Amino acid sequence: MKILVSLSHYLILAAILFSIGVIGIFLNRKNVIIILMSIELMLLAVNINFVAFSHFLQDTAGQIFVFFILTVAAAEAAIGLAILVVLFRNLRTINVDDLSELKG
Amino acid sequence: MNAQDTIFYFFSAVLILSALGVITFRNPVYAALLLVLAFFSAAGIWLLLEAEFLAIALVLVYVGAVMVLFLFVVMMLDINLEKLREGFWKWFPFGTLIAGVIAVEISLVMMGDQFKQMTSLEPKASDYSNTKELGRLIYTEYVYAFELAAVVLLVAMVAAIALTLRHRTDKKSPNPSNQVKVKRDDRIRMVNMAPETKE
Repeated sequence: MKILVSLSHYLILAAILFSIGVIGIFLNRKNVIIILMSIELMLLAVNINFVAFSHFLQDTAGQIFVFFILTVAAAEAAIGLAILVVLFRNLRTINVDDLSELKG
Repeated sequence: MNAQDTIFYFFSAVLILSALGVITFRNPVYAALLLVLAFFSAAGIWLLLEAEFLAIALVLVYVGAVMVLFLFVVMMLDINLEKLREGFWKWFPFGTLIAGVIAVEISLVMMGDQFKQMTSLEPKASDYSNTKELGRLIYTEYVYAFELAAVVLLVAMVAAIALTLRHRTDKKSPNPSNQVKVKRDDRIRMVNMAPETKE
């Protein structure tokens, strides 16, 4: 039996996931935590693209790249959350609108 | 439809629904848990693509470490949810428009014939090890990038600890450095005194 799922199925799945991440940033403009989660969703979409291309083009370099993206994303999440905790400790809020202290 | 298609569509549906839940749920704890579900489904899709090592790494690193960190932070912060939800639907049409344009644009490119013709390949031989192949590449061709990644993780760890470190002034605790440096002369004083005799 012929397998129907092709490379474009995976790529469109990743495109939908990326768009959901974009909508998430628009919807939750005030909540820094959900914005960070939306960024994780977008990174996941990009990773799905890399893995799909790596599988269908028979090239393992794509998976190596995903490995490094995972590393950087983990570092980014750790530092982002640390900044969030410090912010909340000082201002008692994580509302993006209240974080305008650096405005000139 | 064969088994592989069924699995793909099942995991995709779970992935997209949980991603939608992440961005719409009111409670950030539910959002974090749904993100865990999304990562699990993505790991399933990666298994389908024969990227076994990365699928397991996604579950271990993301679900095991990053999402637990998210949950800790969400539960630690006492946030006023009502205020954060203000204007939630105000930007919905605009955001959907932009995201829709992005999705349609990407899809138009990805629907091309050259991508559609790439259907699943023959499964790899049963003694093929994805982990071994990745390890061989990482420790030979990409060894400098691998070491740089290790440095990035180290810097991130130091930064996260340095950012959240807090010197409290209201607590009393002994200073270990002073305790170690103490000398005999600081603690005892020798006194010369004549022996006392009973008269």
